Amino acid sequence: MKRTAINIVFTGHVDHGKSTLIGRLLIDTDSLPESKIEEVTNVSKELGKEAELAYVTDYLKEEREQNITIDTTQIHFKTRKRDYIIIDAPGHIEFIKNMITGTSQAEAAVLIVDVNEGVLEQTRRHVYLLNLLGIEKIVVVINKMDLVGFIEKRYLEVKDEIMKFLDELSLKPLCVIPISAREGENITHKSRIMPWYRGPCFLKALDYIRPDKVTYDKLPLRFPVQDIYLVDGNRIIVGKVASGYLHKGQEVVVLPSGEMQRVESIKTFNKDKKKAETFESIGICLHNTASIERGSILSQRDDVPKLSNTFNATVFWMSETPWIDTKPHELQCSTQEVTCRLDSITKKMNSSTLELLNKDMDRLLRYEVGEVVIKTERPVLTESFDYRSEFGRFVVKDEGYVVGVGIIM
Amino acid sequence: MDYLSQLESRSIYIMREAYNQFKNIALLWSIGKDSTTMLWIARKAFFGNIPFPVMHIDTSYKFKAIYEFREVYVKKWNLDLLISKNEAEIQKGMSPEKGKLDCCNALKTEALKLTIKEHGFRALLLAIRRDEHGIRAKERYFSPRDEHFTWNYKDQPAELWDLFSAETGAEEHMRVHPMLHWTEFDIWQYIMREGVPTVGLYFAKEGKRYRSIGCSPCCAPVDSDADTIKKIVSELKKTRVAERSGRAQDKEDTYTMQKLRSLGYM
Ligand SMILES: Nc1nc2c(ncn2[C@@H]2O[C@H](COP(=O)(O)OP(=O)(O)OP(=O)(O)O)[C@@H](O)[C@H]2O)c(=O)[nH]1
Ligand SMILES: [Mg+2]
Repeated sequence: MKRTAINIVFTGHVDHGKSTLIGRLLIDTDSLPESKIEEVTNVSKELGKEAELAYVTDYLKEEREQNITIDTTQIHFKTRKRDYIIIDAPGHIEFIKNMITGTSQAEAAVLIVDVNEGVLEQTRRHVYLLNLLGIEKIVVVINKMDLVGFIEKRYLEVKDEIMKFLDELSLKPLCVIPISAREGENITHKSRIMPWYRGPCFLKALDYIRPDKVTYDKLPLRFPVQDIYLVDGNRIIVGKVASGYLHKGQEVVVLPSGEMQRVESIKTFNKDKKKAETFESIGICLHNTASIERGSILSQRDDVPKLSNTFNATVFWMSETPWIDTKPHELQCSTQEVTCRLDSITKKMNSSTLELLNKDMDRLLRYEVGEVVIKTERPVLTESFDYRSEFGRFVVKDEGYVVGVGIIM
Repeated sequence: MDYLSQLESRSIYIMREAYNQFKNIALLWSIGKDSTTMLWIARKAFFGNIPFPVMHIDTSYKFKAIYEFREVYVKKWNLDLLISKNEAEIQKGMSPEKGKLDCCNALKTEALKLTIKEHGFRALLLAIRRDEHGIRAKERYFSPRDEHFTWNYKDQPAELWDLFSAETGAEEHMRVHPMLHWTEFDIWQYIMREGVPTVGLYFAKEGKRYRSIGCSPCCAPVDSDADTIKKIVSELKKTRVAERSGRAQDKEDTYTMQKLRSLGYM
């Protein structure tokens, strides 16, 4: 059965129209159950408004009463070409952790800019975060064209402004589209009020996005151990293949011990397999499992990565409490969980203006990004985030709460 | 890997994370199609020996077919079945006529509270899906609930990639949602592919079938001629009727589900 879905996150400054655009897209493509449309219309009326399209995803009472998205939502949607998972993200700075939660599940993004307001603080921060999290496929829409009489001049100014900023991060958008989410212009068909615009409508632009080519299976084998079960007297090592393939009979190297082992069998419920591919959740039996525990990593023989207890990373900090070198935190990277400390900060900047900072260089403050050196209590495997590697991304936690997001460059 | 196998693999990964992090967990089996599919996948994740109980919250108002199905598969799959029942309230005569919200609260949420307390469960596996309801679309895979079962939906923890945070306070428990990314359509496709058994109520009889099942007084069938899985799949391709349209809880008023869920409802 062939079916692929592409996950797209909607980003941009608060109130620029992300949720409205999603609502408009779903309604104009007949993607919503009738009861949902009725519900949105009724609630809007109760709150004394015209049908508020944002309510399709803004479901919480608090979101609707305050007209703001609090938490990220995922909603399924189909075109003739393919399936989509649309991820709405909040624009308010206070909910940035929810925006990041949504973005971490996406492979492409829509960036929305209000034509009246232009590029603002969260527009820039969201672009920076998309870039940090490895999302390069971006469709830019300039929204609320109705407010400027659908005139090209103001569109060009804002387009220029956002292009300059994207360029600073070496990002190239797939296209820039003038729209009115509220009025439904340039959404599912080309707008007749803006004949000066010659590019595709929004829906078409989405269909143009090419999904990531899955290259993980061409990468060397990495199998992070999730757990070990005892089933009918057999010790079964379970986990999900992070990259490459695993074969029955294959010689693998177990990290951190460095031991060589042979894969005796690959297990799924009720049957053994000869081969497991990337992203498969499986179990395997090895000859000797004494040195293996959660967080161990199996790799192929001719490509054994090095573990280290010191590494460089770029970290976005989300906690009100600054990150300082004296306080230990938990670090989670794949199934590796280890205590870590901030060793030093090489460079840090404001995640919206991208301005380099040189004050308080011993600590990372909320919403700052730093190029940092991290020390871990035990050696861990980290790899470059190219190909969005499982070992190129991690979170820093304080008593279980995610306070920092890290990427290995 | 094909699409359904990817969905399955992700669900297996999440269940194994939950078991690794919490050990003392339970799987909530409403005996509907979603939780039966979850159970099917759990049997794969744990190689046929699910190392924790499977809990059925029994309001005593469930369809007869549900009880029959339960008896058959508890034996066939060798499940450690745990029945959660608020006997005191049932004795006192709690029923949907006394108010649907109150009834759901007493016979489901309160029953669950009692059982969690008795067994000290640290986490529960629930088969909710994002596409079922606006409020469920806001959920995380790992979602903490405090001692009063409150869901702090206004301040949910960040959840990145496949890195799940398992920290909960002493009195809290984690709701884990391994099926969150599936759609109703995916579920039926998977049921068809795998031959997952389902309660007969889902299949049309005399022009009606149930799309969602729970307590008999609060579920209504929808018009349908789909009497096979294949027909259900093609019906879902076309329909614009919401899955839970036959569910009374969803209808009461717009935010009934939000209220119920913030109080700890599934
Ligand atoms: N005039 C006009 N107003 C719009 C348009 N699109 C959205 N709006 C209005 O802008 C306001 C904010 O829209 P939302 O969709 O809630 O914005 P958002 O980006 O989702 O906001 P957050 O999620 O809180 O960051 C609402 O009052 C919308 O009706 C448009 O094309 N034209
Ligand atoms: Mg919004």
